[in-house]
Amino acid sequence: MTSSGTAVVTLPTDTQIKIVREFDAPARRVFEAFTTPELVKRWWHARRGTATIADIDLRPGGAWRWVMVTDDGTEVAFHGDYREIVPGERLVYTEIFEMPGLTDDDAAVNTLTFEEHDGRTTLTSITETPNRELRDAIIATGMEEGMQDAYDLLEEVAISLA
Amino acid sequence: MARAATTTDAFNAVAEPRRRQILDALAGGERPVNDLVAALELGQPQVSKHLRVLREVGLVAVRDEGRQRMYRLNGQALKPVHDWVKDFERTWDDRFELMDDVLEELKERDEGDGSDQ
Repeated sequence: MTSSGTAVVTLPTDTQIKIVREFDAPARRVFEAFTTPELVKRWWHARRGTATIADIDLRPGGAWRWVMVTDDGTEVAFHGDYREIVPGERLVYTEIFEMPGLTDDDAAVNTLTFEEHDGRTTLTSITETPNRELRDAIIATGMEEGMQDAYDLLEEVAISLA
Repeated sequence: MARAATTTDAFNAVAEPRRRQILDALAGGERPVNDLVAALELGQPQVSKHLRVLREVGLVAVRDEGRQRMYRLNGQALKPVHDWVKDFERTWDDRFELMDDVLEELKERDEGDGSDQ
């Protein structure tokens, strides 16, 4: 089969997240999977819902916005813009989790590198965040319980403001 | 959106680089406090302060052996931190598995039409 191993996540510094994963495909194809809307929609939901929007304006300064609706009906959206595009080799873009209270100043910068060897590709993704709280929040978005915690907290804040 | 900040939280305890160094040093086994002071090249009061925080959240345990205070790691208390990253990792695993299928299709298409562009 095509299974190529597992993602290895590490936290090299207080503001970084590093993900490494090998794929049984050439680098240009892995790059394509990250930068083609109809392909992104097929994998980004991680089987936790449906990817509804995958807008990609692939040029330096071009905007992207990806939205998914989780199985419990929660909409989760991210957006940013592309900074560096080297097809099949490197992709640098900003990323903001759309949530009340977060602005463009809270953008993380993702640097993806695609290294091909014998037809296989090692993807290395480094997310650099402005501070540890945001780094931790990004990790919590990958966590169903963390997500729920975040929304519970928001609800509390909303109630206290009412 | 972030967790409530509290000093009695393993997440906060491991957020401090020096405290992570202490945990790393204890990963190899139980050590007396003097050893930790030497390994970290920090003053005894600083090391003691960090050890107190780690002890309060249960990340390290201490016992007296003669005149020495021996510290050891309590791995169980690190589990929430470990699980937190593991859940994130699992999400990416699921994404990449789906991407494997997409890539397999792209490869078949490449082979099918005899070109790779």
